[in-house]
Order: sequence, then structure tokens, then C-alpha cells
Amino acid sequence: MAEGCEVLVIGAGPAGLAAAATAAANGARVALLDAQPRAGGQVWRHDIAHGASRRARRALRRIAPVKRHFGMRVVAADPGARTLLAEDSLHAREFGWDRLVLAAGARELFLPFPGWTLPGVTGAGGLQALVKQGWPVAGRRVVVAGSGPLLLAAAASLRAHGARVLAIVEQAARDDVHAFARKLWHWPDKLAQAARLRMALAGVPIRYGAVVRRASGDSHLQTIDIDCDGRVETFECEYLAIGFGLVPDTGLARMLGCGLNDATHPAIRVDALQRTTVDGIHAAGECCGIGGMQTASIEGAIAGHAAAGNEAGARALLPSRDRARRFADALAHTFAPGPCVRMLADDTTIVCRCEDVTWGELRSFDDARAAKLATRCGMGPCQGRICGAALAELLGWSWHGHPRQPLFPARLSTLAFDSLATFP
Amino acid sequence: MSAILHLRIDGIAVEVPEGASVAAAVARATRSFRQSRHGMPRAPLCGMGVCFECRVAIDGEPHVLACMTAAREGMQVRTHG
Ligand SMILES: Cc1cc2nc3c(=O)[nH]c(=O)nc-3n(C[C@H](O)[C@H](O)[C@H](O)COP(=O)(O)OP(=O)(O)OC[C@H]3O[C@@H](n4cnc5c(N)ncnc54)[C@H](O)[C@@H]3O)c2cc1C
Ligand code: FES
Repeated sequence: MAEGCEVLVIGAGPAGLAAAATAAANGARVALLDAQPRAGGQVWRHDIAHGASRRARRALRRIAPVKRHFGMRVVAADPGARTLLAEDSLHAREFGWDRLVLAAGARELFLPFPGWTLPGVTGAGGLQALVKQGWPVAGRRVVVAGSGPLLLAAAASLRAHGARVLAIVEQAARDDVHAFARKLWHWPDKLAQAARLRMALAGVPIRYGAVVRRASGDSHLQTIDIDCDGRVETFECEYLAIGFGLVPDTGLARMLGCGLNDATHPAIRVDALQRTTVDGIHAAGECCGIGGMQTASIEGAIAGHAAAGNEAGARALLPSRDRARRFADALAHTFAPGPCVRMLADDTTIVCRCEDVTWGELRSFDDARAAKLATRCGMGPCQGRICGAALAELLGWSWHGHPRQPLFPARLSTLAFDSLATFP
Repeated sequence: MSAILHLRIDGIAVEVPEGASVAAAVARATRSFRQSRHGMPRAPLCGMGVCFECRVAIDGEPHVLACMTAAREGMQVRTHG
């Protein structure tokens, strides 16, 4: 039997927390599910050394009336029966819904370059996430690289945990970043946030218009070469935390038949009330487009109102959502990966880390389908989440057909779960 | 002060504070979590359950994501580094 509830929310980041709290405040019976062992999503990931921020604690208090299932990852869906199948480390469980809110967030975009598979090369938000949960970096030398404001947030977290941040390497041009910074007065809270980050990062050099050409080391990272306007600089470091922005997580939405937009990295298509193209399914936050924590919170609240049938409550929030989205658009424009980061891989560079498929093996194919069949690219356990986004960015390949079930490699016992009769 | 948990990573005793991930415990014992198809060392990339580079065996259960799993007292972890 599926466990029923009126509103089921997937994802307990800012969007999902707001959706769950708002739907519950409207009197709905709500359940909230997340694959992580604790609520918070990416930005409010629990920091075991420093605790939760005030904002995160406030959001977490508001879900007191909500039934919570953490450490449970949704691995399959049956849209006809309105059920989802999720598993934790021991059990599988089915969940039903009347209204579903997808708030699955986003993941980092990684672009391959020579040496990026070495241990010690991580995502920018990736290393931040690991460190918040106890990964030791005290005294370690770290370079943070890639693009976007997440680099600054990650660098500040790493420093707060004792890492020696040697430099921040931003691919966007200095003039573009400064022009963006001059517009920040439109969003006073962002201005304050930027000032706080600048203080936390005092003394850390930032290179603009610069890229990491190569990471080197025997079995772990030892040095990186940075190219700044044709001048190559070498850093010795134990970690390179590198990410080129975020891409929406749409796997579950696609499995449920929800339409996507036609961006390079497609997002879930929603209307003003955060309704997807499938009746009864809403979506909010970064799975609907990269917009940061504030946009995610507002969209979550809109979806929560709408899912609970309070359309007036949802509409009252539209102006603030539009304002937050304008900031996101300006951000995306400034930090979009430029031509210099598209030409980093050489023919021996691994692109598909699961199957060890190189750029040289891939670049002559016309599309993802042909490449997959011939090379197994994207067929490993990550199911193309890493290489697929890279190839969408570099070659414009689309990976977004109907995803295969299960959404993530799942235990056989989960997949044999008896009531999911439609499972292929 | 939070409690200290004791785990074994490939037989090596490590300690982590309560709330730490298995990935954080493994990092105290070894730098490589697994070997790629062609035998190259690999370690966590995404930190958020997407890349599958952090998979280890925990108490005999294979292919568990170390970055998504909270460390527990007495866990026996095997890497394939
Ligand atoms: C690694 C990383 C670090 C970041 N750090 C910062 C930062 O320090 N500061 C900042 O301002 N922004 C940061 N961001 C940007 C951040 O994504 C947004 O600011 C904000 O967290 C978006 O909120 P959201 O609710 O849309 O999604 P998220 O916060 O990403 O929440 C989505 C949640 O959905 C869950 N989920 C997804 N799929 C499933 C499934 N199948 N089953 C169960 N649960 C699922 C995930 O576990 C996750 O907890 C970071 C992003 C990433 C990827
Ligand atoms: S580090 Fe990517 S899945 Fe764990």
C-alpha cells in the first residue's frame, strides 16, 4: 500500500521547505521527502562544525507540522497511479499523493580538462558540501575555480573550516563581473551578502578571465596550471574545487512526464503558479531554473499555496518572485561559460568518468544516442548526470529523452517492491 | 561537544564527530575511494549523491554512496582504491 497524503513534497532545500510549510499552513496534510539524512538542501546543508544559519533554522522550524522522511531517495515513479517509490539504506517504501511538489534543486556543471579525474579535484560546491559534513581540510591548500558566485560562498566555507585558500580563479572577465557588481544596489540584500563574502575572503587573490588548464599529480592532486590572459601560473595545492555553475535536476520530472523548456540545460516548464504540464504536479526552486536561495524560497511558497488550493496566496507572491528572477537572469548572463572553457579537454581527457570514455572517442559523433551506443558514454551508474551536462554544454547534445527507470541505481529488493506492478 | 564515532576503513581505525559523513571518515584513512574501469584512482567529485565516485561497501552492502551516508558507530567500510 502506498502511504497517502494530500501534498507530497520532494526535496527539502529552500524550495521544498517553503512549499511544505506553506501547504501545511493552508491546512493540507503534507509529507516531505529528501535523499539527504537531514533537511536543508544544498545551501542550508547542515554544517557539523558551525551549525545552521539563522535563516535555515527559521525555515526548519516552520515544517514542524509536516511528516518528514529523510535519507529516502525517490528512485521510480508511476504517474498513472500517482505513486513514487523511494528507498533508504535499508528499506523501500511507496508514497502516494493528491498534489505533488517537485523541489529537486540543481547540481554543479563540471567541464572536463586534463587531470580533472585525479583525487583532490572536486566540485566547488562539492568540496563545500563534503567539508560541512566533516571532510578534513584544515591547513590544506585549496584553489577554488570555475564560475559564478558559488565560488565565493564555497571559498568562504572552506576558509571557515581552516583551509588555506590560495586563489579564486573565475572564468568570467573582470569588466563583466564589475559591471554586474555595480548593478547590485537594485538588490540591497545581495549587496550586503557580497560585502560579507568580501570580508570573509579578505586577502584571497581573485583571477578573472582565467581558467585551470591542467591538474597534475601521481595518485592525488599536486599542482595546477592556471592560464590568465596567456600567462601560465602554477600552484601547488592538495585540492582544486572547481565548478562552472549549476544545472537543473529534471530526472524525476521527466520520469513523471512533465515538460521541460528548451534551454541548453533544460529546466521544468511551469506556469505562474508553479504548475507543471502534468495535472496535480507543481515544481519550484532550481529544478525550474537556476535562481538561488531566495527565488527558490518564494517559488516554494507559491507552489505550496497553489498545491493547497489557495490561489490568492500564491498570486500575492508573484511580484517578489519576478524581482528575484531578474537577479538570477543578470547573474546567469554574467557568468555563462565563455569560449575559453570549451577547449580545455584534449583527446586523452576522460569525459565519462563512469565508463572512462575520452574526448577523442566522443567528439566525432553527431549526437548523444550514437555516442552512447558506440562508447557506453553516459551508461554508468551516474546515468550521464556528469558527462551529459558537460556534453550538452560543449557540443549542444541533448540527453533529455524519457529517463530510464530506476532514476538512480537501486537495490534489487527495492525494484521488486510488490505493489509497483508497472515497473518494467 | 558532539560524540565521537569509531569506524574502520579498510581495517584502519578512524574517529569522526557525530554528524560526519562516511566520506569524511574515509578521507581520514585513504585518498582513493575506488578505481575506475581502467584502474585510475578516483575520489568524491560532487559531494551530493550525483557522480557515484564515492561509492564504497559498508558492513557488506556494496555500492553505497559515502557522501550521502551518515557515519555510525562501528561501521566497517571497504573502499576499492
Ligand atoms: C553543491 C552545491 C552547493 C551550493 N552551495 C550554495 C551556497 O553555499 N550558497 C548559496 O547561496 N547557494 C548554494 N548553492 C546553490 C543552491 O542550489 C541554491 O541556493 C538553493 O539551495 C536551491 O534550493 P532548492 O530548494 O531549489 O534546491 P536544493 O537546495 O538543491 O534542494 C533539493 C533537494 O532535493 C533533494 N532531492 C533531489 N532529488 C531527489 C530524489 N530523487 N529523491 C529525494 N530527494 C531528492 C536533494 O537531496 C536536495 O536536498 C549550492 C548548490 C550546489 C549544487
Ligand atoms: S561524491 Fe558524488 S556521489 Fe558521492
